[in-house]
Amino acid sequence: MAVGKKDIECPPYAEGTPLSDEDIKSGKVTYVEDHPDIRYSWTAGQAISRFLNGLKEGKILGVKCNKCGRIMVPPRMFCELCFKPIDDWVELKDTGTVQTFSISYIDPDARPLPEPIIVAVIAIDGASPNMGIMHILDEVKPEDVYIGMKVKAVWKSEEEREGAITDIKYWKPLEG
Amino acid sequence: MVAVVGVGYSGFDANTPDLSWKEIMYEAALRAYTDAGINPRRDVDSFVTCAEDIYEGFAIFDEFVPDQLGAVVKPTCTVCADFLYGIATAYMQIRSGLADIVAVEAHSKASDIQTFGNVVKFAMDPIWLRNVGNAHPYYLAALEMFQYMGERCLSEEDVARVVVKNKNNALLNASAPYAANVTLDDVMASPKLFDPMKKMEIAPLADGCVVFVLASEEVAKELTDTPVWVKGVGWWSETYGYDTASFSAMYAYKAAKMAYKMAGITNPVKEVDFAEVDDRFAFKEMQHIEALQLAGKFEVARLMAEGYFDRDGALPVNVSGGNLGVGNLLEATGGQKALEVVLQLRGEAGKRQLSDVKVGVAQAWRYLPANSGAVAVFGV
Repeated sequence: MAVGKKDIECPPYAEGTPLSDEDIKSGKVTYVEDHPDIRYSWTAGQAISRFLNGLKEGKILGVKCNKCGRIMVPPRMFCELCFKPIDDWVELKDTGTVQTFSISYIDPDARPLPEPIIVAVIAIDGASPNMGIMHILDEVKPEDVYIGMKVKAVWKSEEEREGAITDIKYWKPLEG
Repeated sequence: MVAVVGVGYSGFDANTPDLSWKEIMYEAALRAYTDAGINPRRDVDSFVTCAEDIYEGFAIFDEFVPDQLGAVVKPTCTVCADFLYGIATAYMQIRSGLADIVAVEAHSKASDIQTFGNVVKFAMDPIWLRNVGNAHPYYLAALEMFQYMGERCLSEEDVARVVVKNKNNALLNASAPYAANVTLDDVMASPKLFDPMKKMEIAPLADGCVVFVLASEEVAKELTDTPVWVKGVGWWSETYGYDTASFSAMYAYKAAKMAYKMAGITNPVKEVDFAEVDDRFAFKEMQHIEALQLAGKFEVARLMAEGYFDRDGALPVNVSGGNLGVGNLLEATGGQKALEVVLQLRGEAGKRQLSDVKVGVAQAWRYLPANSGAVAVFGV
């Protein structure tokens, strides 16, 4: 029932035939199940390899295009706006600003999460506007997050880091 | 009229551990734009890429293509098929007046796929084909091969000769990782992995990318003195059912008829100078030569043995080395074939350059377990 439309009921013809788990298990519905085993190992390539190696060292690396002047993260070997190779690599700070966020309550199978996950896009300090990393926030209550909040990366320990985006465990408020 | 005004490629290699698929696309695209003398950010009106999500390991793969093609905030679409379908799409966009310059791209990063057999199986009907037995699905090609050999009275040697020709042709192609100076004895001694199909009759996977720049006649004449014309395009699908298909490459026959009609070709044997056809399984080359009407139904094996389709023969087929020499490039297969045709027509094929060629045909199949394909006729 739609919010704010409490006096409206579904017309009878739209009800359909409800199906239960039991109907499916007892074979009342004809179906074939398959669970394909398909695996990939994507070559990270020049730009992302260097980025991942940087994460392993606890650094966020970006690239610079001297034509448009943008500092881009995650890095790439070419500037997609100027269509030319990038000019320089730069180390960026591991701090940034929450550009947008969502407090997410259910998992991909639509089951409730034990604790909500705060997903955010973080504009990295030192990179050009709208250049950032999508990651998660923690050590903050959902009701305290706001757009424009300054945050800092919380890294795994040096021994735990493996050259993956998850080498950053999460981001937390810079103050407090 | 629509012309090819620029070509570029990256690869072809058995593996590309140093570059991501985005980086091989950038390399091929940059070469194609440089060849055409254009700036994609300013000059290209539309971008067409050809990709299959399951080969890439990404859903909605078209979302991932603009950056490395110079297509950000430009009209871009992905055709879920071989490169030659992309050529047909670009052809229609130009002929309809929607665009003057169109870039077409296809690539293979097959080395990123860990379970290729299961990827092929994923294309089989899940209800009554996919889970019958646990053999590697290359047997699908062997089933078709065995029936075709029976219907055309072919010996195992007849099929093996395709491998000998193509792998040796590939020795003159620096971009053919599976080139080899094999003999008929070598191929005959190759293990039968899917009896009657031998291991060497199966094109191994390869990585690479092909980008073409197509332009309207008016724009092409401004850009280049040596345009290669897209004279005809065709595509055709039979049926998805592996148990009901013709097993005689009807898709290639019909696609070629469509392309020949557009190109004004009435007698392909006389009017086509050379061809690059899909040979991802050796017998497929014979089937496709026949379907493209480049030889009579029962003549292919005899002509092959006589050297008619050799580099110095009357009608060279797969001078580049074909898929058996270059590798299975997935959706870029037709791209490699079209690339070879264009290089030959421009006189830029190096040591394997054919003399006096004016019309060439490129053909690609949609691979196992499909009964679909496309054909493009190019000419100068």
